Amino acid sequence: MSLATTANVTPQQNWLERLGAGHIILAIALVLYPLVASDFFLTQIGGYSLIFGMLGLSLMLLAGYGGMVSLAQITVAGIAAYAIAILGNNNSNILGFGWPWWLAVPFAVLAAALASALIGWISVRTEGIYTIMITLAIATATYYFAQQNYAIFNGHSGYTGIRAPAFWGIGWRDARPFYYLCLGLAVLSYAAVLYGSRSTFGMTLQAIRDNPRRMRALGYHVTAHKVFAWLLAGVIAGLAGVLLVWFNGRVSPGTIGVDAAIDVLIIAVIGGLRHPIGPFLGAVVVVLMQTFAIDIVGAERFNTLIGMVFLVIVFVSPDGILGLWGRIKPHLAQESLRPGQ
Amino acid sequence: MQSPVTESFAATRLQSSGAYALELDGVARHFGALVALSGINMRIAAGERRAVLGSNGAGKTTLFNAVTGDFLPTAGRIRFFGEDITDLPPHERIRRGLRRTYQISQLFKGLSVLDSIFLACRGVSRRRFSLLRPATSDVNMVQAESILNAVHLEAYRDTLVATLSHGQQRQLEIALALAGAPRFILFDEPAAGLSPTERRDLVAILNALPKHIGYIIIEHDLDVALRVSEYVSMMHNGRLFKEGTPQEIEADPEVQEIYLGGKHG
Repeated sequence: MSLATTANVTPQQNWLERLGAGHIILAIALVLYPLVASDFFLTQIGGYSLIFGMLGLSLMLLAGYGGMVSLAQITVAGIAAYAIAILGNNNSNILGFGWPWWLAVPFAVLAAALASALIGWISVRTEGIYTIMITLAIATATYYFAQQNYAIFNGHSGYTGIRAPAFWGIGWRDARPFYYLCLGLAVLSYAAVLYGSRSTFGMTLQAIRDNPRRMRALGYHVTAHKVFAWLLAGVIAGLAGVLLVWFNGRVSPGTIGVDAAIDVLIIAVIGGLRHPIGPFLGAVVVVLMQTFAIDIVGAERFNTLIGMVFLVIVFVSPDGILGLWGRIKPHLAQESLRPGQ
Repeated sequence: MQSPVTESFAATRLQSSGAYALELDGVARHFGALVALSGINMRIAAGERRAVLGSNGAGKTTLFNAVTGDFLPTAGRIRFFGEDITDLPPHERIRRGLRRTYQISQLFKGLSVLDSIFLACRGVSRRRFSLLRPATSDVNMVQAESILNAVHLEAYRDTLVATLSHGQQRQLEIALALAGAPRFILFDEPAAGLSPTERRDLVAILNALPKHIGYIIIEHDLDVALRVSEYVSMMHNGRLFKEGTPQEIEADPEVQEIYLGGKHG
């Protein structure tokens, strides 16, 4: 993965050329998707995939660029979701300060980002499997705390009746506006991560992943950079958490359970951690399987089917779908260059 | 080739500069029962070029690790240009102008050559956390291009570090140490694994460094070490046991017996 900061862009390229054909085709398809999709496919597949794609993206930022695999991204999203329920309106008759969305959302995302930075500060002293174990412990502890605490988290019931706002004359809880809201925030997050990967901080993070000792010997405070990466990942996970609570209309300990934490990891691994598009590909595959596997093999076997597909993808391509595409692409290019093609 | 100088030359320069670049007072480092360094006292003038020689296990790299803060000394104090840096973390020492290279190249395999040097320049600037992409006119990018030329790696500007040859990776090691206005550099066996031609290039690069940049070089190849240093310190079993000019060290029978294989030279 070359990070050449200036060599990839020639001065003659306009913004459309810089964007690339793949991005343009994908953008057109995603914008036109509501014209052909039912409300079910818009929200349950489209919206849900974009939300979990953002969660996977926050993990990809940490794991792909920073070498820090986290199982606490759903916990960070859950903190934003709970914050929306507590600061805004809910119908659980607990808390619910009634703040308007434009005040509650920034506070919720800020809370998620700070919580993420705290988790990062705790875990950056470890590496590899130990980072996974610490973040899993934090995710599990938060789950049980939320389940047993009634003063803030309202115990196992959580909060219900949380609705996406209506503004600019648009009811954002409706299927099509909600899809576009998810798409807008997902594109914003994706573009920010893609651009940031070639920024000074992005290159720094990747260099720290490759050789933290050398980065210290170049004047970098490695821990501070890692914690800052957690903060940025927390912003993305926080935004996903806001969308998630608006999507579900509720938040409870089940939202931030260990199974959801592992779903995020599976999404990132299936999609691939080498490029920000990977988690979104992984999210589409996982969401489609979670939705339709039950129709194929029945309620008792659908998790087995999901597990088998995961195993096959990882077995065939340890780099996920992106790695698979990377291997197929040169062969396709060779085919197209053959005489008579 | 720079002519070797005597201790009095170094002392004269020290008198004029009024400060030591590096002062070690009774520096020791123990690993459990193992004494890796013991009672190291060393004073190096600003701009002085010193070779530290010794057999494997003499404590040379441990000395570097103690100076750069990779680990704290068990005893003793370290001053850099008059400031006590003994308890400072590594990155704070680097920001004061201290640099080092490694015996085994410590590089960023996933980055290009230019990006690696750019990060080295950026490491001592205030924009380390910038979320913007650097422009070609960025001051650190311009510095990186300049260093790229100085170490003769301009043909490999956008090459991935992982694909460089061993010799080119050693050159990049030196480039990273030269980035960001260094005042003193610790070179840890920079000639290790280089061909004779590459060693000649290395000597030329070291001798072409600006005069205000002092360094310590650890090197097993005496042809290289004695041609790029003004003064030599010998280490044995974690202690300094002899110091002198390159000529004195080369002519010393004890040194010849222990390190140069008896009838050397």
